[in-house]
Amino acid sequence: MITAPFDYVRADSVDHAVQLLGTHGEDAKLLAGGHSLLPLMKLRLATPSVLIDVGRLAELSYVRDGGDHVAIGALTSHHDVATSDMVATDVPLLRRVAGQIGDPQVRHLGTIGGSVVHGDPASDMPAAMLALRATFVTVGPGGQREHSVDGFFTGFLETAIGADEVLTEIRVPKVPMAGWSFQKFQRRAQDWAVVGVACVRNDTVGIGLVNMGSTSLRATAVEDALGSGASIADAAALADEGTEPVDDLNASPEYRRHLAHVLVRRALEEASR
Amino acid sequence: MTAVMGTVMGTSLRRKEDPRLLTGEARFVDDLVLPGARWLAMVRSPEAHARITAIDATAALDTPGVEAVLTGKELREAWTQPMPCAWPVTDDMKNPVHFPVAVDEACYVGDIVAVVVASSRYAARDGAEAVDVTYERLPAVVDLEDALSDRVLVHEGLGTNRSYTWTLAPDPPAVDRAFAGAAHTVRARYVQQRLIPEAMEPRGVAVVPQPVGGEIVLYSSTQIPHILRVMVGLTLGIPEQKVRIIAPAVGGGFGSKLNVYAEELIAVALARRLGGPVRWTEERRENAVATIQGRGQIQDIELAADADGKVTAVRVQILADMGAYLQLVTPGIPLLGAFLYHGVYAIPAYSFECTGVFTTKTPTDAYRGAGRPEASYAIERAMDEMAHEIGLAPDEIRRRNYIQPEQFPYASPAGLTFDSGDYEPTLDRALELVGYEGIRKEQADRRASGSTRHLGVGMATYVEMCGLAPSRVLASLNYVAGGWESATVRLLPTGKAQVVSGTTPHGQGHETCWSMIVADKFGIDPDDVEVLHSDTAVSPLGLDTYGSRSLAVGGVAVELAAQKVLDKARLIAAHQMEANEDDLEFVGGAFQVKGSPASAVPIQALAFEAFTAHNLPDGMEPNLAEQVTFDPPNFVFPFGTHAAVVEVDEETGEIRLLDYAAVDDCGNQVNPMIVAGQLHGGIVQGIAQALWEEAVYDEDGQLLNATLVDYLVPTAAELPNFKLDHTVTPSPTNSLGVKGVGEAGTIGSAPTIINAVVDALSHLGIRDVTMPATPQRVWKLIEEAKAR
Amino acid sequence: MQVSIALNGATSEHEVEPRLLLVHYLRDVAGLTGTNVGCDTSSCGACTVLLDGMSVKSCTVLAVQADGRAVTTIEGLATNGELHPMQAAFREHHGLQCGFCTPGMVLAAVSLAAEGGAGDEAAVREGLEGNLCRCTGYQNIVAAVLDGANGNGVRS
Repeated sequence: MITAPFDYVRADSVDHAVQLLGTHGEDAKLLAGGHSLLPLMKLRLATPSVLIDVGRLAELSYVRDGGDHVAIGALTSHHDVATSDMVATDVPLLRRVAGQIGDPQVRHLGTIGGSVVHGDPASDMPAAMLALRATFVTVGPGGQREHSVDGFFTGFLETAIGADEVLTEIRVPKVPMAGWSFQKFQRRAQDWAVVGVACVRNDTVGIGLVNMGSTSLRATAVEDALGSGASIADAAALADEGTEPVDDLNASPEYRRHLAHVLVRRALEEASR
Repeated sequence: MTAVMGTVMGTSLRRKEDPRLLTGEARFVDDLVLPGARWLAMVRSPEAHARITAIDATAALDTPGVEAVLTGKELREAWTQPMPCAWPVTDDMKNPVHFPVAVDEACYVGDIVAVVVASSRYAARDGAEAVDVTYERLPAVVDLEDALSDRVLVHEGLGTNRSYTWTLAPDPPAVDRAFAGAAHTVRARYVQQRLIPEAMEPRGVAVVPQPVGGEIVLYSSTQIPHILRVMVGLTLGIPEQKVRIIAPAVGGGFGSKLNVYAEELIAVALARRLGGPVRWTEERRENAVATIQGRGQIQDIELAADADGKVTAVRVQILADMGAYLQLVTPGIPLLGAFLYHGVYAIPAYSFECTGVFTTKTPTDAYRGAGRPEASYAIERAMDEMAHEIGLAPDEIRRRNYIQPEQFPYASPAGLTFDSGDYEPTLDRALELVGYEGIRKEQADRRASGSTRHLGVGMATYVEMCGLAPSRVLASLNYVAGGWESATVRLLPTGKAQVVSGTTPHGQGHETCWSMIVADKFGIDPDDVEVLHSDTAVSPLGLDTYGSRSLAVGGVAVELAAQKVLDKARLIAAHQMEANEDDLEFVGGAFQVKGSPASAVPIQALAFEAFTAHNLPDGMEPNLAEQVTFDPPNFVFPFGTHAAVVEVDEETGEIRLLDYAAVDDCGNQVNPMIVAGQLHGGIVQGIAQALWEEAVYDEDGQLLNATLVDYLVPTAAELPNFKLDHTVTPSPTNSLGVKGVGEAGTIGSAPTIINAVVDALSHLGIRDVTMPATPQRVWKLIEEAKAR
Repeated sequence: MQVSIALNGATSEHEVEPRLLLVHYLRDVAGLTGTNVGCDTSSCGACTVLLDGMSVKSCTVLAVQADGRAVTTIEGLATNGELHPMQAAFREHHGLQCGFCTPGMVLAAVSLAAEGGAGDEAAVREGLEGNLCRCTGYQNIVAAVLDGANGNGVRS
């Protein structure tokens, strides 16, 4: 499979990328690792006329101590996230999630920022962001903005990021002492999750759901129930509330709802140990 | 003895093929450098069934690099005959006319409707995207029983979707009597889902017309250059001798490259029309619909048994999915299983009937095992059902019914003669390897404790017929070719050996194994043997590689040819040593007068003598080069028992494969390392059918999982290590005592896994799980069982 | 546009179309056909090469993305006619049959070993999740990778 023809420009800074987005408008797409975009282009399901390559912006590849949070450059590869000592210590859930995305080759090139802005409900990283209550930093013509993860994933492959904005940093609150669990139910190791659950629990609880609707979802009902003192079993029974899971070859909506119950319960049990 | 006696044979000699494959030096079709070659891309029907009302190539022809777009109508005159089907299983078999490019009507998603010729790989793809075809949609027919009803006809002109009904019922009253008098009967329906073979190398074709002489060289990723050569000649009206087929490095086949494909014929036609080289490489998405698929059967099986659990009759009816057209051996695939539905058991009464139906889907054809995994699955699942019916343990019912060692050669109720076998020791060993008693105890403990992780252990004993095949038997099945194999063995002047084989390896290691056979025969180093194959100019005689036939037919031919060379060398040695040939012995690569090492003349020296021909016996032709065509007197019948331990998560339906043992008997082993490798891979393909793989079509005939994202070929991460062991029961019907092993793993593993899964869930009242046993499917069964 | 790639230690410079996939650059432009295309959807790993020393699927990388970087293909692994220890281990353990997935499998294994991810059978099986083989059933591949990664399996 071969993509349709396109023009290619390289951004040499974040500002340059923003400027190029402004110049080329809607037909342009940012290219980071390319592991979400290029497969769609090869199927000719995406046919941007211009690719703006931000993949060389080394200044966006880092894991830094932000005080109460870990600051991760948007172009940091899944591999670098998964092998970061700081991530391992302060956000162990994130380490696990990053280490299970795709396969090693995908993790070497795919980036955390790319995963976030692609907004694929079947992708693990957005759900982990929900569980961890991350904040996203974007830069656009009007300067820098911060976005809470809640409300960021607005629709299928859609996010709150503007067409003329570039995601630069992901801020993940440190939860070194929290219990956590990542339950990824999949057919093969390299596959997307049929259903996935990312969970962090300390005095509060954060639960993100993979593949339970047109966007990544927070299991709000479960979080609220636990906050009101419900048992794990009772709370987990609410795991599918507010979800609209898809029907595909791997699972019916009914089966996905059932899996959500089981996996949320298992996640909470593991995170509560 | 676990192997053929010899210095080299029976050892795990490392493969000669490997260095070039490990360094990227090997050349697959797409690797060939062909300056000036035009690239082809196929425009394929996105509809399962449609009339082609218009093809507008304007935009495609405006695409940079695109030179031409050719439709089925424009290419119609290129074909002197339709695409070939070499196995008209019955005299009244319906076989729709099938041209490489559809003329008026597309009958499956993937049917070629136009061909783009372009200057580059990318331009050809761009051109194919730009061809605008207008279709008038016709109804699809996907379900086999729906197809049989003729509600929708795939081919209007045939008046029916039924291609044929083929029957093997030697004594129907005996079957009826057995069922009438049975203490126990079981009746089951099993579905063999469609599988996509997914050889890792997609198909590729390159055609190079030679600058002089009018010869066409067709490079193809094929298992069958020899058969392909005949068919290219026939379908394109080219004198056969003007066609040379080369199968370069071929990246797996599993039966899917045992065919004559439209793209091969199209490429030859266009190379001739354009007067220059053309090439085409399949994309994976294309491969899913354009390369044949496997299986696709509904099996109804009934068993009758007496009060002691002795099975007295088996009655089988198969409904087999042909797909939209009959490819090379499509209709014959179920027949390769037709003789094996009694499995390893001495069941006296036998009845088999198969009906082939057309559907608007990709044609089916040979896929690893081809008919035999289906048969093995049905009987091995049904034996478990019978065991349950009677209240016997699954191993016990098998023991009570095995054909006994003293019964060999065994005249089967289906009319075959099983060459040799001793089944029960493989069962004993397989159960030992998985720790059967311990697993049963743990299973009981878990059930008693109310665990939701259910343990199951399953087993299957299989026998298969392979080493295709005695030509006369193939004739009785209406197959229009023979089953022999050819080999030439030469000793060159410098004492190096050269083997020319009609087999066509694509991963099996023939170069290594044929070298080992010859090395032992001549007492020389295997590195001094070169094996030539897969090029019809170099190896003009051959019937290629499929059906686990290469060693048992082609390898034996090599051994026989080498023996002829050695016999001739003995005459030369005797002549030159002025000795009686009966007084000579062949020791360590040299002839000597018995007990007199000082007299030894090495085989290499005799090769030189044969070459110079200065001093040969009167009337002897110079050179040491002998050709043998071996037509085996019988099939060979490998067998074995596999056992698996699985854990089923009641809450999610997920199945984990905890342990797997395979005890196989393929007779003598030339190279145990390669035997184990064949088994590993074969086992995984059967496990994959049981747990992961299925070509899923919707009711409109759309394939829903054409890419490897959705079609779940298992990875290393899903699989355990397998525990292998073997017994050795040589075949008495060939000089090496060998049987085939390429398909055995696949034939044994699918029923083993499903038997284990059903065993795990049996206490919940679950008696069967349809393949693939997906978590969702298993979960649903458990939910239904709980609701009962 | 012009790309310059350190390809198996030598500079490879060509004018390419932006959409040219790295795998097609390697095969059709640079003439290194050891890297195979098995699936087009970054599922099978046959096209795996090392990009700056790390395994990537070259069917999902543009040649322009590799500009200025180092690419190692299977042709660049053996030195002076000596198989790399990982290649040798694949032969020793019969970790290949048809050989089509092999270049990608070997390079994935080399990268995995370099990252310390080939310590035991479970790790190797997980670490090879991105590479499909249809012939071997993986058992001998896993054995080969464990052996190839052991000691001198990784070359600095």
